[in-house]
Amino acid sequence: MIEPLLEDEVAFAGAAAEARVLVLACGAIAREVLAVISLNGWTHVDVRCLPARLHSTPDRIPGAVDAKLAELSGRYGRVFVAYADCGTGGALDLVLDRHDVERLPGAHCYGFLAGNDAWDAMQEQQPATFYLTDFLARHFDALVVRGLGIDRHPELKTMMFGNYRRLVYLAQTDDPALDRSAEDAAAFLGLAYERRRTGYGELVPSLTRFVREPARA
Amino acid sequence: MSDEEIDLGSLPDEELVKQMHDDLYDGLAPEIAEGTEILLERGWSAEKTLTEALVEGMRIVGIDFRDGILFVPEVLLAANAMKAGMEVLRPLLSESSADRMGKVVIGTVKGDIHDIGKNLVAMMLEGAGFEVIDLGINNAVESYLAALEEHKPEILGMSALLTTTMPYMKVVIDTLSEQGIRDDVIVLVGGAPLNEEFGKAIGADAYCRDAAVAAETAQALVLARRSSVTAS
Repeated sequence: MIEPLLEDEVAFAGAAAEARVLVLACGAIAREVLAVISLNGWTHVDVRCLPARLHSTPDRIPGAVDAKLAELSGRYGRVFVAYADCGTGGALDLVLDRHDVERLPGAHCYGFLAGNDAWDAMQEQQPATFYLTDFLARHFDALVVRGLGIDRHPELKTMMFGNYRRLVYLAQTDDPALDRSAEDAAAFLGLAYERRRTGYGELVPSLTRFVREPARA
Repeated sequence: MSDEEIDLGSLPDEELVKQMHDDLYDGLAPEIAEGTEILLERGWSAEKTLTEALVEGMRIVGIDFRDGILFVPEVLLAANAMKAGMEVLRPLLSESSADRMGKVVIGTVKGDIHDIGKNLVAMMLEGAGFEVIDLGINNAVESYLAALEEHKPEILGMSALLTTTMPYMKVVIDTLSEQGIRDDVIVLVGGAPLNEEFGKAIGADAYCRDAAVAAETAQALVLARRSSVTAS
């Protein structure tokens, strides 16, 4: 289920036959969004995920979200976009204002998963921090080692990561295999390793508020 | 590109320069250093070699990056290749410093350690004839002020990759204004999440969307300022 999330758009339909609302999410947080929906029994919520690889090309996120919102216009009573600003420098917000749609709070997924205040404090303490989430730990090889060409050009590792000092794994779940992957990633990049258990962070209150909000007239 | 070995020394000038553009595109640092040396041995000036072989090659790389044909890793490898050529040229360029465009102080802002774009801009500015004083990453306002005081540059360049750090550029510009030195320097800003509106809103002289634009903008604004000083 998860590997296609890197490259493809994936749709997950809720169990209920009608009264649909939609969460349009980044593929990199598909598991987390689906987990929150499942734990709360929100069977009337559909989820569409845009390819997680957009994480590496933020300038393409606003256009992709805009196109998807336009395509799905009129099919759902309400829509929520499960992206943060994600490096778009406010360009995503301009798109969402036009569609009158809300998004997750903060600048990055690291922020809403760790809690934006906690993430700001981590950044303040050590700006030279590279972050992994469960998704990024799981796909570190595909997104970073192969995705950035470091396997073919090892000199890129220093060029891209030479300024970093530590890797913080923001763990959504307790999975020893992911812990090992994250620790291996830190070793590969030559960074100090730290693990912080975040759970789903601000994803839970944000989605809850959206799902429980009454339908607009 | 073909894997076939090409004898760069056997190519006439025009073909060699085209081959160097291809080699830059492919990030082949040793070939760029070799091509640069061959052009110098043939009597090309350092400036001509820099402009026609290296800067033009990087301009092509920049266009394909902007159009989504190349990505950051390829651009980094190309920049690394240009660096190899610059290392050959730099001693010769500094001998003819009378022609230089002026000085640029450049650095990534406080809280931000990303310098890939900033390094590309520094390289293209050097290629455009500027002396570049690179402050590196994570610069507080005091660091910029000290460098402006010490080097008296024509241009201050600031870079940020994070939406959380880009507002710091306004802190720096506001401090320049408070100290009455804002008009002493041209302020250029850049970085992936920035745009034209942000540059205007914080009081920068220009936002530069990529390294080639930064070099062109820097040249244009310095020349405009010089001509306005001459005219007044």
